[in-house]
Amino acid sequence: MSALAASSFRRRTHPAYVAFLVHRLSGLMLALFLPLHFWALGQAIEGEARLESFLRWTDNPLTKFAELGLVVLLAAHLGGGLRLLFIELVGWRDWQSRAIAFAFALGLAFGLLFLLNLGA
Amino acid sequence: MSAYAGRTRSQIRWEARLWVAQRASAMVLALCVLVHLATIVFAVRGGLSAGEILSRTRGNGAWLAFYVLFIAAVAIHAPIGLRTIFAEWLGWRGRSLDIAAALFAVLIAAAGLRTVLGLYA
Amino acid sequence: MQRYEVPAAPSQTILDLVTYIQRALDPTLSYRFACRVGMCGSCAMTVNGRPRWTCRTHVAKVAGEGEVTIEPLKNMPVVKDLTVDMREFFDKWARARGAFVPSEDAARDFAVVPPSSPERVEADAAIECIGCGVCYAACDVVAWNPDYLGPAALNRAWTLVNDLRDDGQPERLLAVAGDAGCHACHSHESCRTYCPKSLNPTASIAGLKRATARAALRGEL
Repeated sequence: MSALAASSFRRRTHPAYVAFLVHRLSGLMLALFLPLHFWALGQAIEGEARLESFLRWTDNPLTKFAELGLVVLLAAHLGGGLRLLFIELVGWRDWQSRAIAFAFALGLAFGLLFLLNLGA
Repeated sequence: MSAYAGRTRSQIRWEARLWVAQRASAMVLALCVLVHLATIVFAVRGGLSAGEILSRTRGNGAWLAFYVLFIAAVAIHAPIGLRTIFAEWLGWRGRSLDIAAALFAVLIAAAGLRTVLGLYA
Repeated sequence: MQRYEVPAAPSQTILDLVTYIQRALDPTLSYRFACRVGMCGSCAMTVNGRPRWTCRTHVAKVAGEGEVTIEPLKNMPVVKDLTVDMREFFDKWARARGAFVPSEDAARDFAVVPPSSPERVEADAAIECIGCGVCYAACDVVAWNPDYLGPAALNRAWTLVNDLRDDGQPERLLAVAGDAGCHACHSHESCRTYCPKSLNPTASIAGLKRATARAALRGEL
């Protein structure tokens, strides 16, 4: 049975499939995060002090780590989306693999930038 | 099975237009997200403060226009994507799913606009 | 799952293994093949999880520690053992309007299609499909959305969309659009990855997406 389970995984290891999974899961998580994001920034409606106290609450390492995750998700979803737009609307072929690489590089670059800025 | 896998012409047309709407909003979002990410990287320098955020957003017409466009694009883009995921991974299809997706679009648009206006005014 | 011991032989293919099992170990084993040399496309099975032509797959290349898992193709009902029912797969070719529709003009004169014309180049890139079902078995959109026409049928439709002589375009575009057609494709590229003929149905489907979206925006769909 484990041979069959392993075999169903093996069929889905090519780069484009991984790019799809990253794109779908990041999109799903971003969509779920969105109402939360609006709620958090909506604190500003209650006044500057309320927003400030919320921002101070987010100053702990766990929420900082979650924020880094969100930035990476957004960058990854953008990169994956560009790959799709190029395949579907421009009709790229040989460039596809490079587009995938570009997607991941972009996610990583923005994540690192954010991290560096936090450290500074 | 009948022609077009049991779908009517208007259903097919609707699906094709949803696809176009998602790709068109994606192109708008590609630009918006780049600007948004750049803003985040810039904004977190030296930590976030409410005063700093509000000093950028209050009475800033260009900022308001940009984020209204951003929210409109997201309100089109995200529900169409969720609708596809629910159909493919949970087998939820048909009218009830379309209504749920439309409600999610309204929720995002309303909550987003409320927030943006709150930061602007 | 059944286990069989098969003696190794030089240049042995997966199809050789299955044939040995049927002839020497289990005469009830059912499987499908015809040409044995990669021409007919009837011997496709799932080998170690991947859809392949068994006649073109050497055992030495896929049997890591002397073991190989052979299953029927996915996304099609199993008739018996390694034989699947491909009726739905081929019905979808018809549903995608995969048949040429002659025009009135065609009877009067030859159509001149320069080999270098963009339409002919697009059709050439997709025309060599022999309908083996590997891409259909590899495609997760087929698994998640049973109405989806699949890579092979849509690839075939794309060759005809590029055929200047064909007179059935409006009907064909309608047949391949929407959530049972090209717009359901997520560019997993499983079809391109596993196509034994190195075709790129993902690119063909992308072409259909553009053609149908243009038609939809013009109100012609």
